[in-house]
Amino acid sequence: MSGFSPAFLSSTSNSFVELARAVAPEALPTTAGQDLGHLAPEGTTIICFRTATGILMAGDRRATIGNMIASHSMEKVRPADDFSVIGIAGTAGLALDLIRLYQLELEHYEKIEGARLSLGGKANRLASMLRGNLNLAMQGLSVVPLFAGVDEVTPAGQIFSFDVTGGKYEEHRFHSIGSGSGYARGALKKLWQPDLHTDAAISVAVEALFDASDDDSATGGPDFVRQIARSAPLTLSTGSLRSLRPT
Amino acid sequence: MSQAPFYVSPEQLMKDRADFARKGIARGRSVVVLRYDEGILLLAENPSPTLHKIAEIYDRIGFAAVGKYNEFETMRQAGVRYADLRGYSYHRSDVTARGLTNAYAQTLAGVFTTESKPFEVELVVAELGLTAETDQLYRLSYDGSVMDETEHVAIGGQADDITATLKDLSTSVLPLREVFDHGVRALATAASGTLPTQDLEAAVLDRKASGHRTFKRLSDAMMAQLRED
Repeated sequence: MSGFSPAFLSSTSNSFVELARAVAPEALPTTAGQDLGHLAPEGTTIICFRTATGILMAGDRRATIGNMIASHSMEKVRPADDFSVIGIAGTAGLALDLIRLYQLELEHYEKIEGARLSLGGKANRLASMLRGNLNLAMQGLSVVPLFAGVDEVTPAGQIFSFDVTGGKYEEHRFHSIGSGSGYARGALKKLWQPDLHTDAAISVAVEALFDASDDDSATGGPDFVRQIARSAPLTLSTGSLRSLRPT
Repeated sequence: MSQAPFYVSPEQLMKDRADFARKGIARGRSVVVLRYDEGILLLAENPSPTLHKIAEIYDRIGFAAVGKYNEFETMRQAGVRYADLRGYSYHRSDVTARGLTNAYAQTLAGVFTTESKPFEVELVVAELGLTAETDQLYRLSYDGSVMDETEHVAIGGQADDITATLKDLSTSVLPLREVFDHGVRALATAASGTLPTQDLEAAVLDRKASGHRTFKRLSDAMMAQLRED
């Protein structure tokens, strides 16, 4: 009988990753069993902090392969759904795949269940997807995300950081990941305040990223020639996601 | 003394199954799907606020069903799985209502002929085109037969009455407010009464939606606003 594959009709899972693993494992990201870390582009610095009205996440736009710049205009901070954002540092190809898979995972859950996952549920789901990628991390293809969002229960929002083994940690003020994260965090320590409004928050984010790019060669700084001076920060204020790309 | 096996002609067998499915479907209330100038409206008479008859399958594809809840829920979830996996393996634009309708038709036809009982469901698969001319409405029956509709399509026990009420009406040039009104009136006529807003379930595929997902449920408040004239 043609039509739906039997797994589509009998599956009881609300997870897209589980479905794909069962029905089409070839569609999921995998690699051959050797160290490929030196061949793949790496995404670099992402920062995230609380503002007066929500949460701001921003990243530089550079991706590198060793000492070469692979991309000047990568977007490493993306909306995960209408109420959360995800930013990823690490192997770029895997990172973008993980973002796409994670966006779909949230959408799939919402459609199958007819309800959204809670913010804590989204963070746990992301942690378990990272755990599933552990064998890739062992091959030098590590991916570390930063996740933030709001929901009805936590209108002020929450920030979560992760490690490659799937560890999940809540950050209460600010956090940064990637190769330039140390420099960016140093800047945030001095500049961040709990009551930053949108414009002030954006300039703090830009200054922190500027510091990262100044001292870390893998982090891209302001690029006035190509008009990508500012990365694409997304502010997440209570209940809405707003893109602040320069027009 | 053993009983001689009865012979049942294939015609009779199919007819019995069809009668069985039709009876099950006729018990439920109807759903109507109508095109309007900026999208597609899916409208159902459904007193339950949580057991939906209308659902999102993918970015531009909506689903409406009548009949046995567990059976059309299986079909809905299968559709979501099919669409999400296809969109992930290829591209979001490669998920089409035609492909999904084919899968539904094959599955329904398979169940109708081989399983011990047919699915007691009727489905509508609606795809919002990039332009109004490319909107698609497919109606699927319990036996897997497919019909391609142009302006509006009704399913369920009172489908014929609703279609008769809406006959000759080109809804695809009318605004949402008017189309909603026509839809509610057709449902109410078929149900021989008036329909309070809380007994309605509605959603739209909106061509003006900002993101890639165009499906939007209409809350009771939004429906009440559409109804007041």
